[in-house]
Amino acid sequence: MIDMAKPMALTGNFAAAYATKQINPHVVAAYPITPQTTMMEKFSEYYANGEVDTELVCVESEHSAMSTCVGASAAGGRVITSTAANGLALMFEIVYIAASNRLPIVMCVMNRALSAPINIHGDHSDSMGCRDSGWIQFYNENAQEVYDTMFMATRIGEHKDVRLPVMVNLDGFITSHKIEKVNTLEDEEVQKFIGAYEPVYPLLDFENPVTYGPLDLTDYYFEHKRQQVEAMKKALPVIKKVSSEFSNLSGRDYGILEAYHLDDADCAIVTMSSTAGTTKFVVDKMRSEGKKVGMLKIRLFRPFPAEDIIAALSGIKNVAVLDRSESFGAFGGPLYNEIRNAMYDVDEKPNIVDYIFGLGGRDINAVQIEGVFNRLMSASGKMPGDVNYLGVRGD
Amino acid sequence: MANLKQLTEREERLTGGHRLCAGCGASIIVRQILLATDYPVVVSCATGCLEVSTTIYPYTAWKNPFIHNAFENSAATISGAEAMFKAHKNTGEIPQDKKVKFIAFGGDGGTYDIGIQSLSGALERGHDFMYVCYNNEAYMNTGIQRSSATPRGAATTTSPAGKVVPGKKQYPKDLTEVIAGHHLPYICQVSPGYYMDLIKKTEKAMEIEGPKFMNAFSPCPRGWRHASNASIDVAKLAVDCCFWPIYEIENDQYALTGQSKLIASGKKEKLPVADYLKSQGRFKHLFAPGNEEILKGIQGEVDRRWEKLMKLSGY
Amino acid sequence: MSQEKTWKEIPWGGLILDAGNAQEYHTGDWRTERPVHIMDNCKHCMYCWICCPDTAIIVKDKKMVGVDFDFCKGCGICENVCPFDAIKMVIEGEEGD
Repeated sequence: MIDMAKPMALTGNFAAAYATKQINPHVVAAYPITPQTTMMEKFSEYYANGEVDTELVCVESEHSAMSTCVGASAAGGRVITSTAANGLALMFEIVYIAASNRLPIVMCVMNRALSAPINIHGDHSDSMGCRDSGWIQFYNENAQEVYDTMFMATRIGEHKDVRLPVMVNLDGFITSHKIEKVNTLEDEEVQKFIGAYEPVYPLLDFENPVTYGPLDLTDYYFEHKRQQVEAMKKALPVIKKVSSEFSNLSGRDYGILEAYHLDDADCAIVTMSSTAGTTKFVVDKMRSEGKKVGMLKIRLFRPFPAEDIIAALSGIKNVAVLDRSESFGAFGGPLYNEIRNAMYDVDEKPNIVDYIFGLGGRDINAVQIEGVFNRLMSASGKMPGDVNYLGVRGD
Repeated sequence: MANLKQLTEREERLTGGHRLCAGCGASIIVRQILLATDYPVVVSCATGCLEVSTTIYPYTAWKNPFIHNAFENSAATISGAEAMFKAHKNTGEIPQDKKVKFIAFGGDGGTYDIGIQSLSGALERGHDFMYVCYNNEAYMNTGIQRSSATPRGAATTTSPAGKVVPGKKQYPKDLTEVIAGHHLPYICQVSPGYYMDLIKKTEKAMEIEGPKFMNAFSPCPRGWRHASNASIDVAKLAVDCCFWPIYEIENDQYALTGQSKLIASGKKEKLPVADYLKSQGRFKHLFAPGNEEILKGIQGEVDRRWEKLMKLSGY
Repeated sequence: MSQEKTWKEIPWGGLILDAGNAQEYHTGDWRTERPVHIMDNCKHCMYCWICCPDTAIIVKDKKMVGVDFDFCKGCGICENVCPFDAIKMVIEGEEGD
């Protein structure tokens, strides 16, 4: 199978579209927003040429896109959609409803800055805004990872212990529009991996009619939410198992995080998504100069794999977290907060500082990342947690 | 068309035990619709009186598959269910000849106002479903606040009958006419007071493929301030005064039906709208001295819209 | 009323799997008036049945045979729509039929 991999030149969006085609979902809801548009445009071509069985529903807003996904998924079948930025913000209430109704919808989010001012470029403000929604969240470094994650997401969301929707994030423009070499699978391999959809409590079952979305008073809402907590807990081992199965199929072993040269590192940067690629480049350069630096890439953000992160970062002296979104008024960005919280109980915990970067698609380059490593390397003793802004003019 | 006695042999899909008010028009409408067809039905419902009162966890009064999603997206939700059904036919998982009907319910709040976008989108896309608005002319579930369907002069909690502003300032939106602009295969206005007309229209709609819209007049004893036993009377009176004509638009052809048809052809008397307004406490203040112009305005607007409708229907 | 269950004992997602179980909730308790069916006058036209908001008119073999007092809220619509004076509303607890 690995030998049969077909390399194709695909942007992140086209990789997502091609993966969607191979999944051949029952329903796809589509509403355009930059930088998602080319994914749905490509999928529309597949649809128009009769290459999928999918019902393509070109809805009139993102809110309706997720609403249609909820109706379709509840009816009982595979559902995929995609959005970005203000589109995700518009469907916010339904995003929560999709997770609360335990519907295994898969959604690609081409991470883009939230308005205002309107900015169409990549940062994580959109998906971070949904981190409490109950969706499983993956942050994908490149087109290959996006392509592969679509299949894993399908399996993970539909798993009977999980039954949660999955957000497949990729950096807007940086990953969504960059052409890369993607090793693709055969259609049959994909279908075998994802398996047939097994409906659970579908609306279309008239023998066992079901009611979705009732009114919970104060006597039951908490219990229903507790069930979602349990599903997230159960998701972590399922995700690891599915990743392992996928690795057997494709030769690409993703796991839930990537520990790059961390074993003997003195200093490390924690980051997500495409910036992990740049950071690895910097790590390689600095390692060739004898500097003991490493990188932890967080691939799975929800459920937050605290134990695995603790294991990866233990023994590191100084850590810088790179956050591609701000939580205004908070003590640091979202990733910083979660990492620092996870490390709090560790006896020999590293010093952890935060760098907010890349907002509105502001470029981050190797020189800047090396500057962060240099700071970590030159710091001695205790580094109080501080929040820095990397790449903004005026600081 | 099935007669009432034949309908009594059908399964009741909205059971007793729901917690809508005594005399609620909405449950009468839903019962009449679900009895008028014996196809399997998937129902989506917007947040509102109907949804909240029929599905208080752990109870559901629906014996058919039911989904509540949010307030403004009943039409988008049913679009998804309908698309899934079609997709299952594409894949062969469901046989081509299997018939399932998709009905989306929404109150006037969830249809005229916040839901109008998703309704318009679903209709334009041509999904095979029927949208039923149970129009009780205000946001009743949250405490009788005005909507764009609230009539002129009606007292609601956000358009109270005050000393300076006596009730709602605007005339109600004519959503049925807005929907007419979508050029659907079937659009109609019904009243549960004229139940045979409502049932006939439902049967007809269920045999038509494509997007359909039904605007159903839904008296609310609590919000309109009338006795709980008067709901059917009020539902009839609105038609008799031509305040809520019953008609259908089939592929752009307008046709008055039932009582409205009889009024237009002169066989039944058109009652003054004041008779209708007097039947409900929400209009009581309009009969106080000083509000005569408002009453005149209401009659004038009813007449104006009725004239237009008669003309469109060929009278 | 059902006894409150733990999060492990209920279906996930708030799903209600027992379609129509609202029938376990007897809204008949709400009544202050009740309908009395006068069989002699009844022509079984079904108008009360089709206008009842609470599915509380019992019809068997196309004949109106009575009222389901588990659900009848006493709204009085049935008495109002009956063309044959075959239903009379009385104060709950005063007269039986």
